[in-house]
Amino acid sequence: MANSTTSKAKTVEPARPASIMSVIAPAIGWLIPGAGHLIQRRWIRGLLLLISITALFVLGLMMQGHIYKANGGDILDMLGFIGDLGAGGMYIVTLAMNGGQGAIAFAIADYGTKFMIVAGLLNLIAVADAYHIAIGKKR
Amino acid sequence: MTIQLSHFSAAFVFALFTSIVFGITHRETTRDMVRYGLYCFAMFLGGVLAAGWAMWLIRR
Repeated sequence: MANSTTSKAKTVEPARPASIMSVIAPAIGWLIPGAGHLIQRRWIRGLLLLISITALFVLGLMMQGHIYKANGGDILDMLGFIGDLGAGGMYIVTLAMNGGQGAIAFAIADYGTKFMIVAGLLNLIAVADAYHIAIGKKR
Repeated sequence: MTIQLSHFSAAFVFALFTSIVFGITHRETTRDMVRYGLYCFAMFLGGVLAAGWAMWLIRR
Protein backbone atom coordinates (compact mmCIF):
# COMPACT_ATOMS: atom_id res chain seq x y z
CA MET A 1 0.00 0.00 0.00
CA ALA A 2 2.79 2.34 0.94
CA ASN A 3 4.59 1.39 -2.25
CA SER A 4 1.70 2.59 -4.37
CA THR A 5 2.39 6.16 -3.35
CA THR A 6 6.16 5.98 -3.58
CA SER A 7 6.41 3.93 -6.75
CA LYS A 8 5.08 6.75 -8.92
CA ALA A 9 8.08 8.42 -10.39
CA LYS A 10 7.67 12.15 -10.15
CA THR A 11 8.98 14.03 -13.13
CA VAL A 12 10.80 17.10 -11.98
CA GLU A 13 11.24 19.69 -14.66
CA PRO A 14 14.71 21.13 -14.86
CA ALA A 15 14.96 24.69 -13.63
CA ARG A 16 15.14 27.13 -16.47
CA PRO A 17 17.28 30.21 -16.06
CA ALA A 18 15.24 33.40 -16.02
CA SER A 19 16.17 35.48 -19.00
CA ILE A 20 15.50 39.15 -19.56
CA MET A 21 13.21 38.14 -22.43
CA SER A 22 10.93 36.33 -19.97
CA VAL A 23 10.24 39.72 -18.38
CA ILE A 24 10.26 41.97 -21.43
CA ALA A 25 8.11 39.78 -23.71
CA PRO A 26 5.08 39.59 -21.37
CA ALA A 27 5.38 43.27 -20.44
CA ILE A 28 5.50 44.52 -24.03
CA GLY A 29 2.91 41.91 -25.02
CA TRP A 30 0.53 43.37 -22.45
CA LEU A 31 1.07 46.92 -23.68
CA ILE A 32 0.76 46.04 -27.38
CA PRO A 33 -1.14 42.84 -28.23
CA GLY A 34 1.08 40.37 -30.10
CA ALA A 35 4.27 42.38 -29.49
CA GLY A 36 5.50 39.73 -27.05
CA HIS A 37 5.53 37.28 -29.96
CA LEU A 38 6.89 39.77 -32.49
CA ILE A 39 9.87 40.61 -30.27
CA GLN A 40 10.70 36.89 -30.22
CA ARG A 41 10.52 36.70 -34.02
CA ARG A 42 7.19 34.85 -34.15
CA TRP A 43 6.08 37.19 -36.92
CA ILE A 44 2.91 35.52 -38.19
CA ARG A 45 1.61 34.59 -34.75
CA GLY A 46 2.35 38.07 -33.46
CA LEU A 47 0.61 39.77 -36.37
CA LEU A 48 -2.45 37.53 -36.11
CA LEU A 49 -2.70 38.21 -32.37
CA LEU A 50 -2.25 41.94 -32.94
CA ILE A 51 -4.97 42.05 -35.60
CA SER A 52 -7.42 39.80 -33.75
CA ILE A 53 -7.21 41.38 -30.30
CA THR A 54 -7.05 44.95 -31.60
CA ALA A 55 -9.98 44.35 -33.95
CA LEU A 56 -12.12 42.94 -31.12
CA PHE A 57 -11.32 45.90 -28.87
CA VAL A 58 -11.86 48.55 -31.58
CA LEU A 59 -15.09 46.90 -32.74
CA GLY A 60 -16.26 46.94 -29.13
CA LEU A 61 -15.56 50.67 -28.96
CA MET A 62 -17.32 51.29 -32.27
CA MET A 63 -20.34 49.38 -30.98
CA GLN A 64 -20.46 51.97 -28.17
CA GLY A 65 -19.39 49.51 -25.54
CA HIS A 66 -18.75 50.62 -21.99
CA ILE A 67 -15.25 50.52 -20.52
CA TYR A 68 -14.88 49.86 -16.81
CA LYS A 69 -12.68 51.95 -14.56
CA ALA A 70 -11.06 50.94 -11.27
CA ASN A 71 -13.83 50.60 -8.72
CA GLY A 72 -14.63 48.99 -5.43
CA GLY A 73 -18.32 48.51 -5.97
CA ASP A 74 -20.22 45.76 -7.68
CA ILE A 75 -18.30 42.50 -8.19
CA LEU A 76 -19.27 42.38 -11.87
CA ASP A 77 -17.90 45.90 -12.36
CA MET A 78 -14.61 44.85 -10.73
CA LEU A 79 -14.38 41.77 -12.97
CA GLY A 80 -15.15 43.95 -15.97
CA PHE A 81 -12.32 46.26 -14.97
CA ILE A 82 -9.89 43.32 -14.69
CA GLY A 83 -10.92 42.11 -18.13
CA ASP A 84 -10.59 45.56 -19.69
CA LEU A 85 -7.23 46.12 -18.00
CA GLY A 86 -5.86 43.08 -19.81
CA ALA A 87 -5.99 45.06 -23.05
CA GLY A 88 -3.04 47.06 -21.72
CA GLY A 89 -2.07 49.97 -23.95
CA MET A 90 -5.42 50.09 -25.73
CA TYR A 91 -7.21 50.39 -22.39
CA ILE A 92 -4.89 53.19 -21.24
CA VAL A 93 -5.28 55.11 -24.52
CA THR A 94 -9.06 54.68 -24.47
CA LEU A 95 -9.27 56.02 -20.93
CA ALA A 96 -6.96 58.92 -21.79
CA MET A 97 -9.17 59.82 -24.75
CA ASN A 98 -12.25 59.54 -22.56
CA GLY A 99 -13.64 56.78 -24.79
CA GLY A 100 -15.83 53.85 -23.94
CA GLN A 101 -18.48 55.95 -22.23
CA GLY A 102 -21.37 54.17 -23.94
CA ALA A 103 -24.39 53.39 -21.81
CA ILE A 104 -25.46 49.77 -21.96
CA ALA A 105 -28.93 50.73 -23.10
CA PHE A 106 -29.25 48.48 -26.13
CA ALA A 107 -28.04 45.03 -27.11
CA ILE A 108 -25.28 46.03 -29.54
CA ALA A 109 -23.64 48.29 -26.94
CA ASP A 110 -23.72 45.39 -24.48
CA TYR A 111 -22.04 43.20 -27.09
CA GLY A 112 -19.41 45.92 -27.51
CA THR A 113 -18.75 45.92 -23.78
CA LYS A 114 -18.23 42.16 -23.86
CA PHE A 115 -16.01 42.43 -26.95
CA MET A 116 -13.64 44.75 -25.07
CA ILE A 117 -13.57 42.58 -21.94
CA VAL A 118 -12.86 39.47 -24.02
CA ALA A 119 -10.16 41.32 -25.98
CA GLY A 120 -8.45 42.07 -22.66
CA LEU A 121 -8.74 38.49 -21.46
CA LEU A 122 -7.44 37.13 -24.78
CA ASN A 123 -4.50 39.50 -24.49
CA LEU A 124 -3.71 38.03 -21.07
CA ILE A 125 -3.66 34.56 -22.66
CA ALA A 126 -1.34 35.89 -25.37
CA VAL A 127 0.90 37.37 -22.67
CA ALA A 128 1.12 33.98 -20.95
CA ASP A 129 1.93 32.37 -24.31
CA ALA A 130 4.71 34.89 -24.96
CA TYR A 131 6.13 34.08 -21.52
CA HIS A 132 6.06 30.35 -22.27
CA ILE A 133 7.96 30.95 -25.50
CA ALA A 134 10.48 33.13 -23.68
CA ILE A 135 11.26 30.46 -21.08
CA GLY A 136 11.45 27.74 -23.70
CA LYS A 137 8.34 25.85 -22.62
CA LYS A 138 6.82 26.39 -26.07
CA ARG A 139 8.47 26.76 -29.46
CA MET B 1 -17.71 56.48 -35.41
CA THR B 2 -20.22 53.81 -34.58
CA ILE B 3 -21.08 50.47 -36.11
CA GLN B 4 -24.25 48.44 -35.99
CA LEU B 5 -23.79 44.70 -36.24
CA SER B 6 -26.58 42.18 -36.32
CA HIS B 7 -26.63 39.49 -33.66
CA PHE B 8 -25.25 36.90 -36.07
CA SER B 9 -22.53 39.09 -37.56
CA ALA B 10 -21.39 40.07 -34.05
CA ALA B 11 -21.24 36.39 -33.12
CA PHE B 12 -19.38 35.61 -36.36
CA VAL B 13 -16.73 38.30 -35.80
CA PHE B 14 -16.36 37.29 -32.16
CA ALA B 15 -15.95 33.61 -33.09
CA LEU B 16 -13.43 34.41 -35.82
CA PHE B 17 -11.02 36.51 -33.75
CA THR B 18 -11.37 34.47 -30.57
CA SER B 19 -10.70 31.24 -32.47
CA ILE B 20 -7.53 32.70 -34.00
CA VAL B 21 -6.17 33.58 -30.55
CA PHE B 22 -7.21 30.22 -29.07
CA GLY B 23 -5.57 28.35 -31.93
CA ILE B 24 -2.28 30.21 -31.61
CA THR B 25 -2.03 30.08 -27.83
CA HIS B 26 -3.33 26.58 -27.11
CA ARG B 27 -1.35 24.45 -29.54
CA GLU B 28 2.31 23.87 -30.38
CA THR B 29 2.61 23.21 -34.10
CA THR B 30 1.22 25.26 -36.99
CA ARG B 31 -0.93 22.40 -38.20
CA ASP B 32 -2.44 21.87 -34.76
CA MET B 33 -3.02 25.61 -34.37
CA VAL B 34 -5.01 25.75 -37.60
CA ARG B 35 -7.01 22.66 -36.74
CA TYR B 36 -7.81 23.82 -33.22
CA GLY B 37 -8.71 27.30 -34.47
CA LEU B 38 -11.13 25.83 -37.00
CA TYR B 39 -12.57 23.53 -34.33
CA CYS B 40 -13.17 26.47 -31.96
CA PHE B 41 -14.74 28.51 -34.76
CA ALA B 42 -17.08 25.67 -35.66
CA MET B 43 -18.02 25.15 -32.01
CA PHE B 44 -18.71 28.86 -31.48
CA LEU B 45 -20.90 29.20 -34.54
CA GLY B 46 -22.48 25.79 -34.02
CA GLY B 47 -23.34 26.81 -30.46
CA VAL B 48 -24.91 30.05 -31.67
CA LEU B 49 -27.03 28.22 -34.24
CA ALA B 50 -28.02 25.47 -31.78
CA ALA B 51 -28.96 28.02 -29.11
CA GLY B 52 -30.93 29.99 -31.70
CA TRP B 53 -32.93 26.95 -32.79
CA ALA B 54 -33.44 25.91 -29.14
CA MET B 55 -34.89 29.33 -28.32
CA TRP B 56 -37.09 29.14 -31.43
CA LEU B 57 -38.43 25.77 -30.24
CA ILE B 58 -39.03 27.03 -26.71
CA ARG B 59 -40.99 29.96 -28.05
CA ARG B 60 -43.32 27.64 -29.95
